[in-house]
Amino acid sequence: MTDKLVTIEVNGQELQAEAGIMLIEATDAAGINIPRFCYHKKLSVSANCRMCLVEVEKVPKPLPACATPVSDGMKVYTRSPKALAAQKGTMEFLLINHPLDCPICDQGGECELQDVAIGYGRDVSRYSEGKRVVADKNIGPLIATDMTRCIHCTRCVRFGEEIAGIREMGATGRGEHMVIGTYIEKSVDSELSGNIIDLCPVGALTSKPFRFNARAWELTQVEAIAPHDSLGSNLNLHLRDNKVMRVHPKDNESINETWISDRDRFSYEGLYSSDRLTSPMVKKGGEWKEVSWEMALEMAAASLKEIGDGDQIGTLLAPTSTLEELFLAQKLMRGLGCNNIDSRLRQGDFRMDATQNSVHWLGSSLSDMDQMQTVFVVGGNIRKEQPILAHRLRKAAVNGAKLHYLNPIQIDLNHRGDQDVCTPGEMAGRLAAVAKAAGVKASGGGASLLGAAKVDESAKQTAANLKAADGALVMLGAMAQAHPDYALLHTLAAALAEATGAQLSILPTSANSVGAQLAGAVPHLQAGGTAAERAGLDTLRMLKMPRKGYLLLGVEPGRDFWNGSLSMSALQSADMVVAISAFRSPELEACADIMLPMAIFTETSGTYVNAEGRWQQSRGVVRPQGESRPGWKILRVLGNLTDQPGFDYIDSQQIHDELHKLCESSTLDNKQAEPQNLEPLLSADVLLRGGDTPLYACDPLVRRATALQQTQDAGSDTIRLHPQEAARLGLDGSDTALVKQNGNQIDLPLQLDERIPQGCVWISTGLARTSTLGQPFGEVTVEKA
Amino acid sequence: MTVTVKDKTELFSPQICAEIDRWIAKYPAEWKQSAVMGALMIVQDENGGWLTTELMDRVADYLDMPPIAVYEVATFYSMYELKPVGKHKICVCTNVSCMTNKSDLIVEHLEKKLGISFGEVTEDGRFSMKEVECLGACGGAPMMQIGKQYYENLTPEIVDAILEGLE
Repeated sequence: MTDKLVTIEVNGQELQAEAGIMLIEATDAAGINIPRFCYHKKLSVSANCRMCLVEVEKVPKPLPACATPVSDGMKVYTRSPKALAAQKGTMEFLLINHPLDCPICDQGGECELQDVAIGYGRDVSRYSEGKRVVADKNIGPLIATDMTRCIHCTRCVRFGEEIAGIREMGATGRGEHMVIGTYIEKSVDSELSGNIIDLCPVGALTSKPFRFNARAWELTQVEAIAPHDSLGSNLNLHLRDNKVMRVHPKDNESINETWISDRDRFSYEGLYSSDRLTSPMVKKGGEWKEVSWEMALEMAAASLKEIGDGDQIGTLLAPTSTLEELFLAQKLMRGLGCNNIDSRLRQGDFRMDATQNSVHWLGSSLSDMDQMQTVFVVGGNIRKEQPILAHRLRKAAVNGAKLHYLNPIQIDLNHRGDQDVCTPGEMAGRLAAVAKAAGVKASGGGASLLGAAKVDESAKQTAANLKAADGALVMLGAMAQAHPDYALLHTLAAALAEATGAQLSILPTSANSVGAQLAGAVPHLQAGGTAAERAGLDTLRMLKMPRKGYLLLGVEPGRDFWNGSLSMSALQSADMVVAISAFRSPELEACADIMLPMAIFTETSGTYVNAEGRWQQSRGVVRPQGESRPGWKILRVLGNLTDQPGFDYIDSQQIHDELHKLCESSTLDNKQAEPQNLEPLLSADVLLRGGDTPLYACDPLVRRATALQQTQDAGSDTIRLHPQEAARLGLDGSDTALVKQNGNQIDLPLQLDERIPQGCVWISTGLARTSTLGQPFGEVTVEKA
Repeated sequence: MTVTVKDKTELFSPQICAEIDRWIAKYPAEWKQSAVMGALMIVQDENGGWLTTELMDRVADYLDMPPIAVYEVATFYSMYELKPVGKHKICVCTNVSCMTNKSDLIVEHLEKKLGISFGEVTEDGRFSMKEVECLGACGGAPMMQIGKQYYENLTPEIVDAILEGLE
């Protein structure tokens, strides 16, 4: 494409358009409407629906506007008799096989076919022959199919190929017998699959959880920010009667473009889970009793004060909390003399904290992601961590970028890329090899590893690609951050980035991971994102050295922690646990003494700071359920009741403004001094557990989204291991096995999987049963059940 | 169930792999999937004239294609069979030229003689019938194709003779 402008005339109106673009792009930009079904701005042109036919002067036949490039002096008529005749003719043919079952169709009222038929259809059908009927297949828990309504625009097929990167839908058969579908009965497993609901111009693909629940005209649309991953995708919530009925993407070209992940789309179901905590509760003699807010708050404040020594309290905050909640929680606790504050619940190693005095972030803007030429991901399955970010990386790969992965499991990529798979214990060594290939000298923390590293072809290639690139990232993903030697991986990755001229990227794992650092919701940084005067204990030390009391905010013991069993034992042994939570779970009830019901996503206003440091505010748009209250209000009152100054906020905006001011001079920077005396903690010579946190196990809200929990990506309580490893452990032929870790043991179903490296057993974290074990990376034994 | 990382040479017998590789070699390396039609034909012949979903999945793995893309090809072309067929697949053209030359009589005769209609297989598994569109032999209409052989200028008597001549 060139930047040259051409002049065209549409319906007598003169337009300037970039040479080479399609006519429909020029008319769309000028606000001239041309009907269409198959054309979509983010997908390739297929020109198969023929609805956008227009008349072009000196061309004998009507031309499809979506596939006709503009040229200088072109004269176009979109509503001339010839154009209208073509459009109406197309409409009539499209309706031949369409069932016209609008009264029972979920798309009714927001259907592109309905809308266009009003403008271009006939009042009465001339067609009296039989219509096609297509048998539906079940394509999973998220998307309902009525393929008889399909008009073969192929948007869903192109989406799979071009955006999701896995082609699951296709057009099978020919002519009259052509159908869009999966051909075989299979679920559509892409983590972005819900977008085909939006793309489908008719009611062939609709939302299954939303099915038959409401009509489009009954819904009110409000904006929100997605509260799960660190992208902060922009959402449109559709509400009726104070209830979120469904979630759609809101276009934001620099974040989520026009897509959202299935997690952001369907997690709203969790809001209406039956175990929402709806009134303040206090445990008396092992029994939970509902109490008034006044009483609960007074008891909570009194018991926090009673502990006396602030250092005997641990503060554990969910990284999906709003910025205001995180800021107030740490302000409250620091006011009580407690510096033990952390929100990095799934991090495995905190040795980097000592020398960190800036806020860690993505290391690049999101829109620059697709321009990267080389990305080296260490310990990350980005597709199943942050799907929209993975889409950006995939775009880079499609544009020719070199992607390299170093992981303790072979992952499913939806683009070209090289994978280096090794056991968790070998990861630091393999990373050291790449650093050595890039010329990093053996010194500092990784010295012994760098010295011992064997540089092979793949390490050389990765280093060379990082060096050669104009725009390169070394990215530490969620699995790296959960690694017990994260500090080593971090140090080596930083040295590698330095040596190759690449940016170091520390992928923030949660909606407010960057926000938490800015708010001071980590033990080593204070509000404003600078080094804390007195550093407190990190998550791991708070649990390893149990405190007398804990304050939990939006956290579920067990499933939200790096080491589930450790979190349970530490919290259960405490004298006093005050939990501010939206949900009650058996684990929380076992640990807590006071539960304060909190409003969450959609029910409370708040700010999220995304991976690139962008502050985005969300409003509270539905009433909190039961007696629950926004977290910032609860924390404000606790501030008042503990006699602290500076807790007189009228609204959350004031809290936002106060923190924003503190952050004026803060910088996002991944550079830091190397901590001293780094030695590997994870042995390479024993049988190790490896574990990820599955896509839909990451936070309390999504774990309660029923449809998402029925998908593949929900993960399963299983032991996965290589067939040869199973044979070595004497487990061939067994269906289950007994796994022991840190003195805990459970039996789990066994699944043979060649993607797991030998010397490693894969057990995901965050799931109902696996969270009774220990950390995702560590020594385990597996034996016959 | 074991999740396996696919080793391509284990997907088909060495002989089949070699035959498919011959097709792959005809196209540029990055357009390996162009060999899908040839590969499906080879696999279909080997499997007694029809394709199972599992075989199509193997072709997809062999050519690094999404399975659905292979299903699209296999369902588009009438030369691929997705259900078992007889040892002799009789394809009768009923398109314009054959129709005006009384292909309906040929169809009727076959149906009576074999006791099956289009899309069916005789009980002994020897014959199946399929209605096809123009096979490009209008000069010899009415015509049919059995296996890879064309038979033209048909009459019921000629059809009888042809069928008797088959194994």
